[in-house]
Amino acid sequence: MLKDITLGQYFPGSTVVHRLDPRTKLLMVILFIVALFTAEGPIAYLTVFLFLGVAVGLSRIPPRTILKGLKPLVVIICLTGLLNLFYTPGTPVVKFWVLTITQEGIFSALFMIWRILMLITGTFMLTYTTSPIALTDGLELLLNPLKRIKVPVHELAMMMSIALRFIPTLIEETDKIMSAQKARGADFETGSILQRAKALIPILVPLFVSALRRADELAVAMECRCYQGGKGRTRMKRLRFAGRDYITLVLGVLLVAAMIVLRVVGI
Amino acid sequence: MEPIIETKQLCHAYGVGTPFERHALQSVDFYANPGEFIGLIGHTGSGKSTFIQHLDGLLRPSSGQVLFRGEDIWKDKQFTHQIRFKVGLVFQYPEYQLFEETVFADIAFGPKNMGLDEEEVRRRVLRAAGFVGLEESDLDRSPFDLSGGQKRRVAIAGVIAMEPDVLILDEPTAGLDPNAREIVLQNIRDYQRAQNATILMVSHSMEEVAANVDRLYVMNHGTVAMTGTPREIFAHAQELTEMGLDVPVVTTIFHRLQELGFDVDPSVYTVEQAVAALEALRGGA
Ligand SMILES: Nc1ncnc2c1ncn2[C@@H]1O[C@H](COP(=O)(O)OP(=O)(O)OP(=O)(O)O)[C@@H](O)[C@H]1O
Ligand SMILES: [Mg+2]
Repeated sequence: MLKDITLGQYFPGSTVVHRLDPRTKLLMVILFIVALFTAEGPIAYLTVFLFLGVAVGLSRIPPRTILKGLKPLVVIICLTGLLNLFYTPGTPVVKFWVLTITQEGIFSALFMIWRILMLITGTFMLTYTTSPIALTDGLELLLNPLKRIKVPVHELAMMMSIALRFIPTLIEETDKIMSAQKARGADFETGSILQRAKALIPILVPLFVSALRRADELAVAMECRCYQGGKGRTRMKRLRFAGRDYITLVLGVLLVAAMIVLRVVGI
Repeated sequence: MEPIIETKQLCHAYGVGTPFERHALQSVDFYANPGEFIGLIGHTGSGKSTFIQHLDGLLRPSSGQVLFRGEDIWKDKQFTHQIRFKVGLVFQYPEYQLFEETVFADIAFGPKNMGLDEEEVRRRVLRAAGFVGLEESDLDRSPFDLSGGQKRRVAIAGVIAMEPDVLILDEPTAGLDPNAREIVLQNIRDYQRAQNATILMVSHSMEEVAANVDRLYVMNHGTVAMTGTPREIFAHAQELTEMGLDVPVVTTIFHRLQELGFDVDPSVYTVEQAVAALEALRGGA
């Protein structure tokens, strides 16, 4: 149940997409988002769609997995669609009660849904194919210039990798604690909102206790290995751009350029 | 005798539809008679914890059945909920589930969920505390102030207080010192005797299993590889070793003695039996 949440989960693999430098993938996500928000007109939409389609295909992530990852977001997607459907002024198509559906409304709803789906799937491509550690490494290196203006980049990256590292652990722990309390007859599924909120206490207390204990142990373990922050630390795995990274980035830039051209020309 | 709990062709797969799909259980047939003390052994990842979570309806079988006194525990929602009280499950490291302000309140959590009245809850808490050897003065303390061994006993009491007919324990002695181990095992035996309960204990210690259980199930790769009395099981020392399991030290010694040409029965598995067998050998010689 809790384990079924795949949002932001890494699926190990060795495809081209997996092997790309995390920095490339981070930059590609940014380029992709820019392209997505510049896109206008059917040709542009189709191009962005195909671009993402090729990336998904190359990564060998089964479409079913992506659909499953989208499931928790169905509500948001539907809501956006409905809002656009009913609140866009224009030529009315259907009219009932106080609601009017306009032609423009239909188009803008479909467009918004398409955009959200592309956006989420695009970021999934990053998180599905990049291990959290590689991701924070990439992020740290990309943000390195900010160190000049005293942003504690290394510390932030370290905090992020620790947080990422512990998400699955905590989910697992929550699952275990829930089962254990269920075995003692706890009921999380029925009752009023208040009763359900109260039913969470037997989960939350042990969860916090264990999270604090883990944090404590981790702090001691890091202390024992003389961890003192980023100064003078070298890396075991140095990130290097390869040919495929340059090609990918060029493709990304071309995509954005194409979107701008299409928008200006207006097809 | 009709088994109190039984599984038929039980299968379970985790993560169906993800790249991590895993068949943790495959066609597990199991039964336990009222009052039996059963051991469940198997090396890490063989599916023991997965299996026992099916017995009190925490996991739903992918296929196959779990029967309690002959009735499918999934036949309706109400029944599944009731099963949780009839089949008590003590998880691995149960002390990490304590959450109440006092030991008393924590032990009372299960009985309260059963909808019992105050008086009865109190009676059960005191009785359960008695089984695990907690003092009355401990009951008002915070469970977080206790030692590891004491916490473990509070957690076990929390399940015993529901007075289940079947008590299942996942490695109840893991991480305890030898003294605390023996106390916990004694608590379990006391409960079994007083309640004529069925006990299913998962363990990694062959000595512990050998000294306590009537019958053993050996799991390997999600299937039941062997079942029988400890004597029958430990006679297959070779197969157990191949599955990454040990046999009790005395059994190993007796196998070795036999190889060296002594006329001994290698299915000995407790120190007492070993002493008896050696004395018989000396007497005979
Ligand atoms: N919640 C879960 N999601 C996915 N896979 C799981 C889950 N729980 C267990 N598994 C997998 O199922 C298999 C059986 O695990 P299980 O915990 O039942 O083993 P076990 O015999 O209890 O091991 P141990 O002796 O280490 O406690 C393992 O391969 C494990 O990786
Ligand atoms: Mg286990």
